[in-house]
Parts: sequence; structure tokens; C-alpha cells
Amino acid sequence: MPDLADLSGVVETRIVTKRLRDRPGDSWTIDGALASGAYEVLRAVLAKGDAADVQEQVKLSGLRGRGGAGFPTAQKWSFLPPDSFPRYLVVNADEGEPSTFKDRMLLEQDPHQLVEGVAIASYGVKCNVAYIYIRGEFALGYERLTRAIDDARAKGFLGRDILGSGFDCDIVVHRGAGAYICGEETALLESLEGQQGMPRIRPPFPAIAGLYAKPTVVNNVETLATVPHIMQMGGEEYAKLGVNRSTGTRIFSVSGHVNRPGNYEVELGMTFRDLLYGLAGGVRDNRKIKFFIPGGASSQWLTGSDEHLDAPLDMDFVQQTFGVMLGSGAIMVFDETVDPVLVAWRLAKFFAHESCGKCTPCREGTGWIEKVLYRMSHGLGRPDDLDLLVDVGGNISPGVVNAPFIQTTICPLGPSAVSCIASLNKFFRDEVLERLRNDAGVDAGVHA
Amino acid sequence: MTTAEPDAHKTTVTVTVDGVTFEAEPGELLIKAAQEHGVYIPRFCWHERMAPVGMCRMCLVEIEGGRGFPPACTTPVTDGMVVRSQSDAVKRIQDGVLEFLLINHPLDCPVCDRGGECPLQDQTLAFGPGESRFVEEKRHFPKPIPLSELVLLDRERCIQCARCIRFADEIAGDTLIDFVDRGDRMQVLNFEEQPFDSYFSGNTVQICPVGALTASQYRFRARPWDLSTVETSCTTCSVHCRGAVQSSSNRLVRLLGVDSEPVNHGWLCDKGRYGLEWVHSEHRLLEPQVREGGAWREVSWPDALDRATDAIEQAKKLHGAGAIAVLGGARGTNEDAYVWSVLAKGVIGTDHVDAQLGDGLPADFVLGMARAEIADLDRASAIVILDHDLRDQVPVLFLRLRRARLELGVPLVDLAPAAHGLSELAAVVARTVPGEPLAASLHDEIRRVCEGRQGPVVVVVGRGNLAAAADSVVGAAAELAQVHDVRFLSALRRGNVHGALDVGLAPGFLPGRTTLDAGRAWFTERWGGVPAERGLAAEGILRAAADGKIRVLILVGADPVSDFPDATLARRAIDAVDTIIAVDGFESESTKRAEVFLPCTLWGEKAGTVTNLEGRVQRVGRKVAPEGTAMDDWRIAAELALRLGRDLDLATVDEVTDEIARVAPAFAGVTSELVKRARDGVVVPMAEHLDELVLRTGELSIMADDGSGTSWDPIKVEGVAPAEPADDTEVSAPADAPALYEWDRRAPRPEAPARDAYALRLVIGRALYDDGRLVSETPLLQRLVREPELRVHPSDLARIGVDSGGQVKVTSTRGSQVVAVRSDAGVPAGIACMDFSADALAAALLVDAGQPVVDLRVESLR
Repeated sequence: MPDLADLSGVVETRIVTKRLRDRPGDSWTIDGALASGAYEVLRAVLAKGDAADVQEQVKLSGLRGRGGAGFPTAQKWSFLPPDSFPRYLVVNADEGEPSTFKDRMLLEQDPHQLVEGVAIASYGVKCNVAYIYIRGEFALGYERLTRAIDDARAKGFLGRDILGSGFDCDIVVHRGAGAYICGEETALLESLEGQQGMPRIRPPFPAIAGLYAKPTVVNNVETLATVPHIMQMGGEEYAKLGVNRSTGTRIFSVSGHVNRPGNYEVELGMTFRDLLYGLAGGVRDNRKIKFFIPGGASSQWLTGSDEHLDAPLDMDFVQQTFGVMLGSGAIMVFDETVDPVLVAWRLAKFFAHESCGKCTPCREGTGWIEKVLYRMSHGLGRPDDLDLLVDVGGNISPGVVNAPFIQTTICPLGPSAVSCIASLNKFFRDEVLERLRNDAGVDAGVHA
Repeated sequence: MTTAEPDAHKTTVTVTVDGVTFEAEPGELLIKAAQEHGVYIPRFCWHERMAPVGMCRMCLVEIEGGRGFPPACTTPVTDGMVVRSQSDAVKRIQDGVLEFLLINHPLDCPVCDRGGECPLQDQTLAFGPGESRFVEEKRHFPKPIPLSELVLLDRERCIQCARCIRFADEIAGDTLIDFVDRGDRMQVLNFEEQPFDSYFSGNTVQICPVGALTASQYRFRARPWDLSTVETSCTTCSVHCRGAVQSSSNRLVRLLGVDSEPVNHGWLCDKGRYGLEWVHSEHRLLEPQVREGGAWREVSWPDALDRATDAIEQAKKLHGAGAIAVLGGARGTNEDAYVWSVLAKGVIGTDHVDAQLGDGLPADFVLGMARAEIADLDRASAIVILDHDLRDQVPVLFLRLRRARLELGVPLVDLAPAAHGLSELAAVVARTVPGEPLAASLHDEIRRVCEGRQGPVVVVVGRGNLAAAADSVVGAAAELAQVHDVRFLSALRRGNVHGALDVGLAPGFLPGRTTLDAGRAWFTERWGGVPAERGLAAEGILRAAADGKIRVLILVGADPVSDFPDATLARRAIDAVDTIIAVDGFESESTKRAEVFLPCTLWGEKAGTVTNLEGRVQRVGRKVAPEGTAMDDWRIAAELALRLGRDLDLATVDEVTDEIARVAPAFAGVTSELVKRARDGVVVPMAEHLDELVLRTGELSIMADDGSGTSWDPIKVEGVAPAEPADDTEVSAPADAPALYEWDRRAPRPEAPARDAYALRLVIGRALYDDGRLVSETPLLQRLVREPELRVHPSDLARIGVDSGGQVKVTSTRGSQVVAVRSDAGVPAGIACMDFSADALAAALLVDAGQPVVDLRVESLR
């Protein structure tokens, strides 16, 4: 793979992707990993023997969850009741957010980094069994991860009395069965327990009663893959990377109409422009960006305007300024040839298909939204359809623009289907209304 | 609001909902606390007898200082909470949820059973936008599909609230239905080739908030506004679940469960719920008959009564009162049983009277044991099951035990002869071989599970094995009572058997749980006489009849040939007796030989009181009139008494109730007036249970106050505890009344022969769907009767050399039969289980009531 980082003077900051970029031939093997320093941090942490220090360094690092919500990791760990055992660490490797493919790369190319991160985090939160819930479609990732766990166990990095420290930790890998909802942490726990994948009502939160009703931490793959590096660098040092409360680096999965789609690990604070033009090589055929989805399919959209392109990759800034989220770090770019209504329909179709059915607004609402967007995107719209969508969306996400933070649903899946509506209405309202006026619409051929 | 100083001793929290401020228990769910204080927050999925799931989102509210819209059904109240369920934002959510629920709903209300009592319909009328914005094709499914013989599912109407799934899982423990698929394709289904065969499936129909689940029996039979309703208790078994029975055009069409806190929590079993059709069976005999030239001839009531009177007088004159016996009386009301008791013991003068048919426990034990109430299960230190499968005998009591175990953590000790529906929940399982004493280590085990727990051990006691003498049960009960602090809850299943025993239909007893000897003076004064000597119980009566010593046998709703465990003896007795006088609704194997047949009313056709297994006296209601001239049993007895020279001076059923309250010591104060006002009935003796008395403030209304739907939410009767206990003189028997009998905790040790190594010891249990009249005359339930089979442990099956499903020849001292055999790992080795049946392949034909146990020789037919 050519090194793309130097092409425009904008460079990646490779921390969690360092090994896999440096050793593309064997980064996933135990030999390749050991040759590039794997498990040294675990050895040092166990030798030091200070679990509280793990929590402290992660706290100092300012690390926030890389799965989508961006919740401070150390704070999540701190919610575990101090004297309640057993407790579990669950790794959310059910990466299903459309256009997100960073965890897949970490699982396939550097599973030992994750295993080391899991072992260190388990030591830090005093848990002895960790579960990795891996997306069922990740065949190669599953193969390499389970191989890595076996190899690590054989070398004494997992199992009983790790490296003579007296600390026991083992990892159980569970494959998902293809449901997007199981990426939601409580649905994941239900699925892991053998139940239908449906979100739980909170409270109780997983930290109090999670897997098998025991205190449980659920962390994303990238989050835990970062932990060994924080322990190596020191939390304060790590926190120097990034901007404001968005510390460190993140992997962004860039896809769509860019010349060089792919995963880029960058220091937070870089602008969208540098990422999309500097690293991802700009838009095909020198076209303009019409809009892009900045944080996975659930996020509201941004446009190719200077205001948006020059915004920094700062979780709080984009949330507060534009009402969008960096979410899972997936950026999908659409050039000016794209029909935003068609994109909205395709997104809505995904969410309608993946709605678990547990709560009414999502179960019925996502299906309804999909049907209306279908006819709008196929020349059968009605003049009031956009307003209808905004109103119906408002019954899932009251206020709509705040999606997904205020919701009538149990989990954010329903509001995720409303993001595209809010975006259409915000940026393309005139265009859409003009189209609807000209559509055949009305009762002509509504699809079943 | 006042700004009073915070009260340090305050144990409640102050909550304000929609401007109404009230005190609530900390941790109570907001939706429930609000409802109890008059604020109804709309809901579909929440049901107060089940754990909340927060799925339908109809109950979302705003809480001051909080973010978003939490569901009231999953939010516990906290001090100072201020809640709005009617703000503009919340109302908009309610409208939105309703609109979402309706987009895929077929709106086929005109042909829906729920039409007119549908919460979706009602709330749409109240809040709905009036016009749909959904123009696409709705979701379609074939409709309806059967989930079982009893329950049909229309998936188009379903609003996915999971009430049915949760009931089946949480309450009944029958996880036979669940959601399939997801999103707006999500649907309730049973598993492939596994119907929703639950004894409690009808409850899902009742609590379904739409017409998705319908009952095959009720479907299209009536519109809710055409029904008229009477509150009653179900007497199919002895639990006496509260119910609301409904009729249309003088036919019973539906029984709904009423939520009684002490008894059934709103649930019914399917046998009780759907066992209505037998009342209207074409086989019902509704006119008096007398035998003439070998056949029955329909005659007038005076002619039939005269004929019966002649037979009684003749027998008494020639052979003495002891040549007359009365069997039965457990099917009617307390009033029926009481007047029959007066007739038999006070007028005729015989003590050969038994409401049980040898399938229960000795009256001495049942009437004298230290009793527990059903609610005591919830606060027991442990529950001992000294019976067999309660689900088959007293189904809703099974639900209460399940709840006590699962929701309240009360440990179970299982002493049943084989595994049953509660065995897997038991902390201690000690299978006792019929006829052998309890294991020596059992008492330590019981002490162990009770450790750190308060309250008595509640022993649920019944006749778990009809093939072993009742003595062994009483022996075990006596042993438990001698070692532990024990209270007994009878699980005898027969409808009003406890009421019948209480009012004197047992040998050696007089009404009000007093013995013949203790009550002799008191009752002689009131009745003009009582029998000189203690009479015989059912087995003795049948034996005496077979020996020619009983000349007139009066069967009051009894069919010994079909019900007595030893069918051979019962048949011999029926064949030998000179004259049978039958008081019944049907011709049966026993009554078809009757000289005189006197048709009586059945449940639904008669009012009065009944007493359940915990001693709770409740009212049953009269909803329909019998088609012919059938009379209440008590009136038939009073008419016979009159013809035998005694005017009992009882004109109405209330007068009978009041006489019981006056003369039967245990019933002191339980007047017709009081029973009508007591919301949850009265546990007798009332003086000991006054603190539980709650007087009703409103009649049962199955329409909610806001006019919304009927049966889907718990149907309740409002009530208040009386401010001052009633005057003592009203609730206690007079000082000179006979004392209540107490069991002396003594019992014979079982003396069973040693089991030979090749024999299997027989256990005969009860199946819910048996060959009793209620089932056989209700075609829907008739289809659910299990095929007779012998269940044995796989190792015994291997030893016999037959495959599961094959045929074996079984031989007891009574004879041989060929029966199908099935492997059942829940049956201990050396034991063989059968359901009681009096059909061709009859367990009852293997039993010899004279033997303590029945050992079977089982041979392969190859």
C-alpha cells in the first residue's frame, strides 16, 4: 500500500494503526506483533501492579469512547460499584454502522493490540472475564482474533496468573448474527445472554446491572486498542494530542466520492478539509462536495460549504455548532451529482430494516419514513411530503434538530432514521419542495 | 402546598402528577402511584401484575428537572418529583404513538371481538387525529392463525406490546410464544409444531389491549354492549378465583378474571374460563324423572319428590336411618350443602354423609388443621408441597406458588411423588415412595432453607396420589407439624368441598367445624335432633352399600363410579343398593340407575356463597336461568324435609346464609349482608380475620372510569377497611356454642408392604382436563384431554423391554389392562404414574381402596 500521508503535507498521526501500517505482511501474527513490541505494556503494567494507575492514566488521557457516543472512558469505568464481583468487560466489536470500517481493520490487521488493551483494561477495572462480541460477517477478523487469543494464551498473556502476576483474565469471543441493533450496548448484552437483540430500559445502566445482571463495562474496539498506548505514553502525554476535550487520535473511515477512500488515523482537531482533500485526495473529477455525513449513517449531514469543511474534528465543537456528531468516525462524501432524497431513502431503508421492533415509534415510524422517502425519491412524492416527514420524525425525535439526543424511543436507532430528514429539511428544502411540486405523486403507484 | 419542616420519620415520598400531590411508597412505579391517586397515565404494554418493559411508549411523561421523556411505567417515584402527563409536548407524543400504532392496524373494528371494549379504539376516539396520514399499503398477514385450540392470533391487529409473551413467560412459565422477525415485520408466534398449550392461555386474550388474540370459544359470539355481567367466583376447582360472568340471550358466553389481591390476581385457568358450555349442554336433564318399568319417565316435581320421600321413609322404617347415605354436595354452594346437611343429619338422622368421594383427605384433618391463607405463601419461611402437580389440580394456586418463589424468593420444598411443574424451582426435592415415611434428613433440609427467614412453613397438602391411602398424607403432615412451625393450605381440588365439609357434609361433623359430639346439644336444640353415632365416610358407605347395608343412596352431584378411586368397589356399591336418588344435572354412570332423578341448577344458574381452600367465603352470582324446571339443591333438600315432616322455614338463599351464620360456630357473623359488602369475601372463622375485612365502596365495574376498555386492565372492586371493627358479638359465636374442632396432630404411621424388585408402585394423579362432566360436555375442552398412558423412568422402561410409546400389560390385585407407556425421567425409578380416569383404560380399575398402596406388574406385550 502506498504511503498516502505525504501527498499534500497533511499527515496521519499513527498510534493505533502504527503496527498494521508498518508491518502490512504480518502485523496480525503473534510473531509480527511481538517483534513490534506487543504485550510489553501489559508486562510493565502487571509488573507495576497498580490497577488504580490504569484508571488514573486513562482518566488523564481524556480518552472518550470511539464507538459513537464519545463518553469519557475513565468515567464509564468509575461507575462500577467498588465491591461488586464478578464484573465483566464487554468489547463491542459489532461494527455495523454503515460506512464505518475502522474496527474491522483493527480486528483483521492487529488483533494482538486489542487483546493487550483488553487485558490491561480488565486489570484496571478488576475483571477476570472479558467478552468480545464480534460482528458475524467479520469472518477474517474472527479467524485472526480467535487465533490471536489462542496464541496469547499459549504465551501466557491471557489465562491464569498472567506473566506470573497472579492476575487471571480470559477472553470469550461471541459472534453476532447480523443485527445492527446489537451494536447498541444493552441489545448487545441481551444478545450475548442468548436473548433477542433488543435494547434494555435504562436504568439500570450496564455498570450496575449489565451482562448476567452483573456490573459491566462495554467499550469499543478502538477505545481499548488505544489503552496500551496511553499506558505507554502516560495519560498526560496522550492528552497533549488533539484539541479541547477531543484528545488523541481517531481513525476516520472516509468513503464515497473521494479519490482515496480508506481509514485515516489523525489527530483530533484537524479540519474536515484537510482530511477529505489532504488525505483522501479530494473529490473525483474535481467535482464539488454537495454534502457529507460526518459521523456514520446515524449522524445529521454537513455540506461542502467552507464553514463546514473548515470545521475542526472536535466532537463537542461540531455538536454545539452544527448539531451533528463525529459518531463512529465514518465520513461519507457525496458530490454534486447525487440526489440527496435518494440517499435519504437508502439510509431510511437501512434503519427500517434494522429496527428491532421493541418500541412503537421506531418500529412503525422507521417503516413509514422509508415508504414516504421511497415515493419521494422515485418521482411519486406529494407536495406535503417533506413536512409530513418532519412532523412524523418529530414524534420519534421531538424537536428533530436535536436528534438523537431527545427521543421517544428506547435507543437511538429510531432517531437515527430522522437524521436524514432533518438534514434534507435544513439544507435542501427548496430543492425538495420544487421536486415535489413537479412529481406525479398522489395515488400513483405507491409501493407495498 | 405547605412548607412544613421535612419529617425525619417520613417513610413515604411526595409526588405531584398533573397538579395532584400525593404521598407514595418509595420505589413504587410512577404509573401505578399516579393511578392509585386518580391520575390515569395512558398505557398499552404496562400491566400491574407483570414487570414493566417500557415498550409501547404511550406512558412517556415529563419530569421537572429531568431530561427527555421517561416512561412512567419504568420510573420509580422519588421525593419531590413533579410530573406532567398532559403537557403539550407529552400530548404530542401520545398522539404520535397512537398514530404509529394505527398506521399498520387494519381498523377492522366492525368484525373485531374487541370492538366496543378496545383501548386502542377508545384512546383513538379520545386523542386521535381523525384522519390518517398514512396512504401506503398496510402490513398484511393471513388472519387469524391458531396458536392453540383455544387462542387465535390476528397479527394485523397486534400492537406488539408483548403482554401475552410476558404473561406466558413470567406468570405461567409456559414460554411457548415469542416475537419473531423484527421492525414492523415483528410478530407474535408460537414455535413450529408446538402450539401454545398452556393451562392459562385465556389470560392472554383477556389482557390483550387489542383484538389480536381472540378466544375460539367467544369469537363472534357477542358484542360487548350486548352482554350483561354478574360478579362471581369460579368453582371449577377450590381456589375460587374471582370472576365476572357474562351472558347474552340467557347463555353464558364469557368469564373474565377479576383481580382479587388475596386470591387470583386477576388470572383464571382455561378450564375455569372456558368451562361454560356444559351448563347449556344438550345432554342436560332439566325435568324430574322417576323410574317406571326400567326406564325414566318425566314427571312433575311433586310426584318426583313424593317418590323420593317414600323411598327414604320406607328405608328408615324398615332398616333405620343408618340404611340411608348421602354422597356429594361439593359442587354446589354452602347453602346447598347446609340444607342437605340439615336434611341428612337433622331430619333423616343419618351420619353416613360425605362430600368427598374417597379422593380427598379425612375430614378430621381438613377441618381441624392449623390453616394458612393463600397470601401466607408470600410470607412463608418455606413452602412444602405435600401433593402432586398443583397445576393440574388447583391451577391458579400453582401461579401463586410460582410467584411466591420467583418474585418473593420463598424457598420450595418438593415432596411430590414425581417431578411436576414446580420441581425445577424447588430448593429441596425429596421424592417419597408412596406408603413409606418421609426421609429422616428432610427436617434438617427444611430448617436449612428456612434459615434467616421469618414466618411459618406453609404446607400445601392434597391427595397427590389416589392409588395410596390418604393416611400416608396425614402421617406426613403430622410429622411435619410435630417438627416445624407449620400451617396447612389444603389443595383439595373439588369445587366447594371445603364449604361442604365446613357446613357438615362429613361423617362425625356438624356445621361450623364442630364435631357431632361437641355440637350435639346445640344442634339438637336448633334442628330437633342429630345422629346418635358417627357415620361412615365415602369408602365405608360404598362398602356398606356393596354389602347390602345401605338401602337408599342419595347422590348430590356425585358420580362414584367415575370419581371414586376404586372403580370396582364403586360399581359394586351402585349395583347393590336398592334405591338411588340422584340430584344432578346429567345422567351418569352412577345416576343412570336412579329411581328418582331430581334436576338441579349448576354454577351460573344459582346464587349463594362458597368457601375456598383457605376458608374464604365469597359469593357466586346467578347469571342465567335454567331452561327447564331445575331447582337449587338446597331447595330440593328443603322440599324433601317438608315432606318428611319438617318445615325448615327457609324461603330464600339469603335466609339460608343467615341461618348458617347463626348456627354454625365457624361462620359466626358471616351474614348474607356482610358477604355482599365484603370486597374480598370473609375468611372464617371471621373473628380471627377481622383485620383483613375490606368493605366494598363500589360495585364491580368492568368499564374503567374514563370509559376506556374493559377487561384488558385488571378488573377491580374498590373497597376500604372498616374504620372500626364490628361489634364482637356479631363476629363471634355465642359463648355456649360448641368449640371448633382442632386436629390432634396424630396420625397412623403408613404401613405399606415392601415393594418387590419387579413391581412398580402406582401413582395416580389428576389431569386438569379429566373425564369429568364439565370437560366432557364442553367440546372445546374435550379435545384437550390427554390420552391415557403410563409414565415410567427410562431405566424401568429398558428393564421391561419396551420403547416409549409402546404398549404394556399392567396387572394389579384388581386385574389387568393394556396401556401405552411413555418414558419420563421426572418419574423416579420404581414408580409408575397415571392420570386418574374412569374411561375404558382406567386407572381407577387398578385401585383397591382396601390396600395402602398399589403395586403393578408391568409386562411388555412382545
